[in-house]
Amino acid sequence: MKQSLFESRHQEEWAHLSGLLDQLERSRNAPQSRDFPPAYRRLCHHLALAQARGYSSLLIDTLQQLALRGHQQLYRDRSRPSASLSSFILAGFPRLVREQWGFVLVASVMFLGSLAGIGLLVYLFPELVYSLLSAEEVSQIRGMYDPVAGHLGRSIERASSEDWAMFGYYIMHNIGIAFQTFASGLMFGLGSAFFLFFNGLTIGAVAGHLTQIGSGGTFWSFVIGHGAFELTAITLAGAAGLQLGWALIAPGRLTRGEALRLAAGKSVLMIGGVMLFLLIAAFIEAYWSSSAVSSATKYTVGALLWLLVLSYLLFAGRVRHAPE
Amino acid sequence: MLDTPALQRNATLPAPLDTRYQVETPEGIDLPLRPAGLVPRSLAFAIDLGIRGLVLGLLFLILAFFGELGIGLGSILLFIISWWYMVLFEVLNQGRSPGKQIMGLRVVQDDGRPIGWSASLIRNLLRFVDMLPFAYAFGAISCLQHPTFKRLGDLAAGTLVVYREQPVKRPTLPLVQPLRPPFALSLNEQRAVLSFAERQAELSPARVNELASILAAPLTVPAPRAVAELNGIARGLLGPT
Repeated sequence: MKQSLFESRHQEEWAHLSGLLDQLERSRNAPQSRDFPPAYRRLCHHLALAQARGYSSLLIDTLQQLALRGHQQLYRDRSRPSASLSSFILAGFPRLVREQWGFVLVASVMFLGSLAGIGLLVYLFPELVYSLLSAEEVSQIRGMYDPVAGHLGRSIERASSEDWAMFGYYIMHNIGIAFQTFASGLMFGLGSAFFLFFNGLTIGAVAGHLTQIGSGGTFWSFVIGHGAFELTAITLAGAAGLQLGWALIAPGRLTRGEALRLAAGKSVLMIGGVMLFLLIAAFIEAYWSSSAVSSATKYTVGALLWLLVLSYLLFAGRVRHAPE
Repeated sequence: MLDTPALQRNATLPAPLDTRYQVETPEGIDLPLRPAGLVPRSLAFAIDLGIRGLVLGLLFLILAFFGELGIGLGSILLFIISWWYMVLFEVLNQGRSPGKQIMGLRVVQDDGRPIGWSASLIRNLLRFVDMLPFAYAFGAISCLQHPTFKRLGDLAAGTLVVYREQPVKRPTLPLVQPLRPPFALSLNEQRAVLSFAERQAELSPARVNELASILAAPLTVPAPRAVAELNGIARGLLGPT
């Protein structure tokens, strides 16, 4: 068949497909029309014919562009994160954490181990704190948690707008740290390990120092509530980063690139859960931890939150439900 | 047009001359993508950076009037704009952040599909490592040594930054009498004649004559008539003789 005959015979089909594609490209949620897949398949057929028959390259280029647009619409990712969110929270996230228990364990030892270890050391040898924190930082922290100076150095009647300011700050600061801890895992896990140790050492030093000078009451009652979510989240972000690094160190039977891609797909889900945890933590930190309830209540609620987080990660999603 | 003759089993493919990247679709056709190199990508990033700076500056000016509430909103906005700007634009605007849109680029997955939430999140979170140790050094090194110019985030996410396709303009061939070729043309010869006819408007008349006169002898016409002869054959290939 001559090219001009071929073109004039199929011109209409191509224009129709191009119109369908315009519609699909304009809105992400436009329902796919029933005649789009067959029209696209016909076009692929025409493209193959045109190539095999040696038609002019400008015609082939045009058809190729149309095919590329069709390919992108036919095979685009239609998963909607909002739709799968509830099943991810109820079962997917804790399952993922249990599946990656090895990395979670290593990250916990790095982070919580260094936190507890340095905390104890600073408690026993008080001058050690100055080798980890500068003198100004120490005095600033002392001022913040001074039990005599009232409520965390601020007036008890803290305006709700100030809670807002802190909420925003915690979100930005903490999720930023979690993202860094995760991303730097790409450097063979070294970055994640560094951030886990670094944060563990800093927090541990502050905790040990404040307990030793007698501000332990204000400090522990402040941190116990949101700590359940925040410390777990940082640990999990570290675990996700270590997973990336491990894929590069020991890719198994895959190429390093392939192993990295697979590991990244899993660990980014973990980061989704980490973000949820940190949002909750920021909310608790801004509105509950700084509120003026008695320490006893805060300890009780804090302990319950820890229990909740641990049992969620350990037990949620163990039973498969049909409608998941 | 990539023309691969039937290859023997285990034969290695010849290295391509250009940076085009072929995606084979489930329908069995090859779609060419054109990966974008370091310079257009850095320019696109610079544009995005400028836009973000401008937007943040304006918002902070406005939020300064709201006191503490403004600080809270401001930090949330700073967080969203610094970590989510790229992800939101890439997923919701067909792989194009404003900078990429201006530079004519877009992000796609390795198999040519549009980018989804998880891949976009991965490539943009790992941007943090690409920026290390200073001024995107890791990203630039990775981009320069990779055959399809991927930075580290692209490697992990399995994504590709490509040039957007520009619509093809099809010139009309000179109106001459369609001719039958004096001998049977192979596919490649046929394509060459058609390309000559379609692209002669982009060349100077002298060059057109020079190219055509190469074929004067096999076509058995005098050199000055070769252009008309070739146009006639092209017409004949396209339409009824």
